[in-house]
Amino acid sequence: MSTDIDHQWTTRLRRKVAGKLPPEKLLPDTQPSYVSSWIYVFGVTTMSALAVVIGTGFLLSLRGPQWWHESSVGHFVNSLHLWSVEIFFFAMVVHLWGKFFMGAWRGGRTATWMTGVVTFLASIATAFTGYASQSNFDSQWITTQAKDGINSTGAGAFFNVLNLGQMLMWHIVLLPLAAVILTALHVLLVRIKGVVPPYADKAGEAL
Amino acid sequence: MAWISFLAALIPLDGLGHYLHWGVIDISVANFIVILLMIATFVAALLLPFPGRSRRKESK
Amino acid sequence: MSKSFRPDVDAPEWKGGHSPYDIIKEGTIALVVVGLLTIILATLFGSPDDHEITLKNWANATPVDFATTAINEMNGTTTTAGYGAPYNTASDGQKLGPLTLAKWAGVRIPVNTERDFVIRPLESLPYNAQLSSALTTWKSASSSQRTTWVNNYTKADAKLAYTNGQVVSTATDAGPVPVFINDLTNMARSGALDTALVSGGNFFSTDYTKPLLFLSDGSYLADLAQKQHLLGSQWGMMNETNSYPGQAWLWLYTFWYQVSPFSTSANADVQVWATMMLLSVIMFLVPVIPGLRALPRKLKVYRLIWREHYRK
Repeated sequence: MSTDIDHQWTTRLRRKVAGKLPPEKLLPDTQPSYVSSWIYVFGVTTMSALAVVIGTGFLLSLRGPQWWHESSVGHFVNSLHLWSVEIFFFAMVVHLWGKFFMGAWRGGRTATWMTGVVTFLASIATAFTGYASQSNFDSQWITTQAKDGINSTGAGAFFNVLNLGQMLMWHIVLLPLAAVILTALHVLLVRIKGVVPPYADKAGEAL
Repeated sequence: MAWISFLAALIPLDGLGHYLHWGVIDISVANFIVILLMIATFVAALLLPFPGRSRRKESK
Repeated sequence: MSKSFRPDVDAPEWKGGHSPYDIIKEGTIALVVVGLLTIILATLFGSPDDHEITLKNWANATPVDFATTAINEMNGTTTTAGYGAPYNTASDGQKLGPLTLAKWAGVRIPVNTERDFVIRPLESLPYNAQLSSALTTWKSASSSQRTTWVNNYTKADAKLAYTNGQVVSTATDAGPVPVFINDLTNMARSGALDTALVSGGNFFSTDYTKPLLFLSDGSYLADLAQKQHLLGSQWGMMNETNSYPGQAWLWLYTFWYQVSPFSTSANADVQVWATMMLLSVIMFLVPVIPGLRALPRKLKVYRLIWREHYRK
């Protein structure tokens, strides 16, 4: 017998979430036994690097955008931020290659692949706005060059790479938020759908 | 604040960069190393045996 | 399973065994390893921070290049003066086939190089009888008179010199223009132009559009960039200052600029952007593109990844 409580939006949402993503899927304690390769570590490595990127970004924000030019502590924090970004992209690209060669979109995992690709693109935009926000020779050159590309698409009318304030805001608020939300979505999809099984030897024959 | 000198890079990459040319390709040594390391890491991840799992499987 | 199984779309249901897996431990180890690696790399190599270039640096290092750029801002031949949208209507901007995307977006960041880079900054200077009278003459002159003066000054710009703190021009009948170029050059050399262009009369500003446009119209910034191997024609977009790794992930974007037809196209930027957007969409759609999505199955790299599974 369905009751009023069954029809509540809250109840229905909770049941739907719990059905799709029960705790044992969200935080699994076993993996299918085909998951046995170093290539599987690059997803979690990318996420860890993202955490370090965000953590070092928080440290940089504590004393404001000029700090890292003036203080050796600030410059060191900037170095941490830069190298965590290099590790982040490094791991993400190896992860992407690995997932491509596994055909990881199979078995209803199209959205997992797609959110991964969008996360990659959003990360490139986030990194770019970081380079544009450096307020040094590098950012002067990068922005005056990049403006031509972005202006040529029409987007430059709204996204002015020469406006330091706008680039910094996008870099530290809007794009990281997008990257984190996309990453969360991507990881939830991985947890819901599980890791893609190996290609079947004969069409459709489960191994 | 002498302790801060700890934070100076040991091998700062502050010299002018070196570049490699092959036809149309013109790449900085630093980027070349990063890309090579990525490919090497990918190949190593495919080839190196993953510890733990294989032993368990054999015992099954 | 049914015969309609599509090997590049469907995955067999896993009926094999499971192994223990500690996701929290794995995440913690990864975080510690990445954290340590970051600290090691930062300690070893640091990070680049080449000091910014000011208009003051530029006008002191190469005053003639600055003065020449200033007269070009007046005669409309700099990159910014002839840019089109989003700065002005001087041209249609780049075209993607028949599409003038920039023009459609409109002039959203208006820049009139003569007014914004020359006349207004000069007006912000403290009172000076010669400059004040030059500005009055300029304002009361007709548009064609102004053009004549600017053109007469431009004709002699190959012989510009900077001696004894003055821009020396052999131009005749250039009206107030020689005063403008001289005073603007000396204003830039003092550092006052940097401030005047950033603030635009306001106390606070975080918008560097105007000084960056002016700076990039001269050859000083580009000369420094060339030494650092940062020009677009040098695969510069993926390079970093000094010997640091740069945005290596931009390799494909950078690549297109080096090859025909892009390398010789007047519309290279919009063409490369369109190409990269198309490729991004293709990457996004790999799971639904027949042929492309069959590649990993045909390339068989998966046999290495899952070799233990297939060994059974």
